[in-house]
Amino acid sequence: MENLQHSEIITQPEKVIEVNKLVKRFGHFTAVDHISFDVEKGEIFGFLGANGAGKTTAMRMLCGLSKPTEGKGKVAGFDIEHQSEQVKKSIGYMSQKFSLYNDLKVWENIRLFAGIYGMNDKDIKEKTALLLEQLHFEKERNVLVKSLPLGMKQKLAFSVAIFHTPEVVFLDEPTGGVDPATRRQFWELIYEAAAKGITVFVTTHYMDEAEYCNRVSIMVDGRIEALDSPHNLKTEFEAHNMDEVFQQLARKATRKAD
Amino acid sequence: MKQFLTFVKKEFHHIFRDHRTMLILIGMPIVEIILFGFAITTEVKDSKVAILDTSHDVATRHIIDEINANKYFNVVEYIHNSNDIQRVFQKGEASMVVVFEDHFYETLLHTGKAQIQVIADATDPNTATTITYYVNRIISDYQQTLMGQNKAPYQITPNIKLLFNPEMKGAYNFVPGVLGMILMLICAMMTSIAIVREKETGTMEILLVSPIKPIMIILAKMVPYFVISCFNLATVLLLSVYVLGVPVAGSLTGLILISLLFIIVSLSLGLLVSTLTHTQLAAMLVSGMVFLLPVILLSGMIFPIENMPMWMQRLSDIIPAKWYIEAVKALMIEGLGIMNILKEIGILSLMTLVFTAISLKKFNVRLD
Repeated sequence: MENLQHSEIITQPEKVIEVNKLVKRFGHFTAVDHISFDVEKGEIFGFLGANGAGKTTAMRMLCGLSKPTEGKGKVAGFDIEHQSEQVKKSIGYMSQKFSLYNDLKVWENIRLFAGIYGMNDKDIKEKTALLLEQLHFEKERNVLVKSLPLGMKQKLAFSVAIFHTPEVVFLDEPTGGVDPATRRQFWELIYEAAAKGITVFVTTHYMDEAEYCNRVSIMVDGRIEALDSPHNLKTEFEAHNMDEVFQQLARKATRKAD
Repeated sequence: MKQFLTFVKKEFHHIFRDHRTMLILIGMPIVEIILFGFAITTEVKDSKVAILDTSHDVATRHIIDEINANKYFNVVEYIHNSNDIQRVFQKGEASMVVVFEDHFYETLLHTGKAQIQVIADATDPNTATTITYYVNRIISDYQQTLMGQNKAPYQITPNIKLLFNPEMKGAYNFVPGVLGMILMLICAMMTSIAIVREKETGTMEILLVSPIKPIMIILAKMVPYFVISCFNLATVLLLSVYVLGVPVAGSLTGLILISLLFIIVSLSLGLLVSTLTHTQLAAMLVSGMVFLLPVILLSGMIFPIENMPMWMQRLSDIIPAKWYIEAVKALMIEGLGIMNILKEIGILSLMTLVFTAISLKKFNVRLD
């Protein structure tokens, strides 16, 4: 593990997520319909789609929260169907709902989640001090999370999600309800994480955020309709920005948003 | 194991930092024991009596003195007119009026017969029955003394012995009930709310994505409520022994054993509720309506089960608190040993197994 994370000798791009014809059906309804894609190490991968397009279902399968009906998928080299426990150990997760405990102090939240991921006390202590310094949160160390402003909470939640240096971090609409300035700062954190070799898998509603991703996939009615870098997608669809690309594809949707 | 302890610590933080909940958890048992022990009582004490006596003779005075001296009665008013009887009751000045006929003693001496009318407020039928019975006793006692030496030729004296609760204290009946209610409330309701709260805030999702085992999450949630319940058990028992004067007549070990078992049953019930509901409000309503109300109404805590219609008696069989309260009565009041509550132990164990099995099956690891 340690070697893999720091190896820069490997020139071949290393695949951290491999998905092959993944399907999820609920009764007669096919929420995810044969999707295939790969995500490389250190990449920021945007996972876009209208509400009800199947993004969340796909992401849940990758996190080991839901079993695929058909198809194969690997996350950090582990099979998502049969090795979900190992998958869980190698990923971080931050949901659209706020994902820290409001009635715990800042350091207690860090301590709790680091403990869950099996880090030892010494590492936790050292890394906590470092993290609080980087975020300029030293003064807030002993503050209950509920009294922090929303932007600070989101930054902290992200930092906690990658505290145990996972291979991949899954972000489910992480910037919902946050002001543009804070969103900007939040994306700086995402870039820092990616630079450290943590692969970022992010869903978002904000099309300006899609521009920040290395590659973007757009889901329509359970299928991936487009997958490329924002630049290539704009050329292909003769669009000025990602929003236009998205509009052109989303128009084809027949499924109603949930 | 370390993971688990970190988790238990987190749960304690949740509880201790919520001062209001904490106050309820610790204060409620004390308040309830005091309330049921002193305020809410079915014992008849100091009933207010009004007297309508136009005779003012030896006999009436003697009877009135007897009534007043009795601990169940308190003569509060002397009225002089039969029209006042209505007023006394309407204003709630007395719950019983004793009316002597005119020239009471004279009539009694000359004809050998005299009449007393006892009028009681029967809004609460139990109290009315009790107080009229007591007055009857006082009057017949007086009759006995009047007869003096010329006793009736045949005499049957009933020798009454009140077992287990010779002073007829209401607390004897309430303590087991309150114990059952508190443990059920704290374990079932609070556990279900605590689990559902994590679903509601979205933190449950984060936990399920993490490598921690779901069973650990659940167990860690139960530990603090188990500890608090044990604390409450101790408070309630100490209060009932030293403040209310209800002794633990039978096996204390048995009492603790059955209480721990009941705590576990309640915890598993709370777990079951949490798997069936998605919001804290729903969890609270289900625990309140489906568990708490039946515990109060059908467990024999207030209304004796034997007097219920047959179908309701069968219904009460599926209420864990009923068996617990029965066992506690046997151990605390009747002074029996562990061997006498084997049936209750068996039933409660079976219930734990069933509830846990259903909830573990229902607890969706994958949140789908």
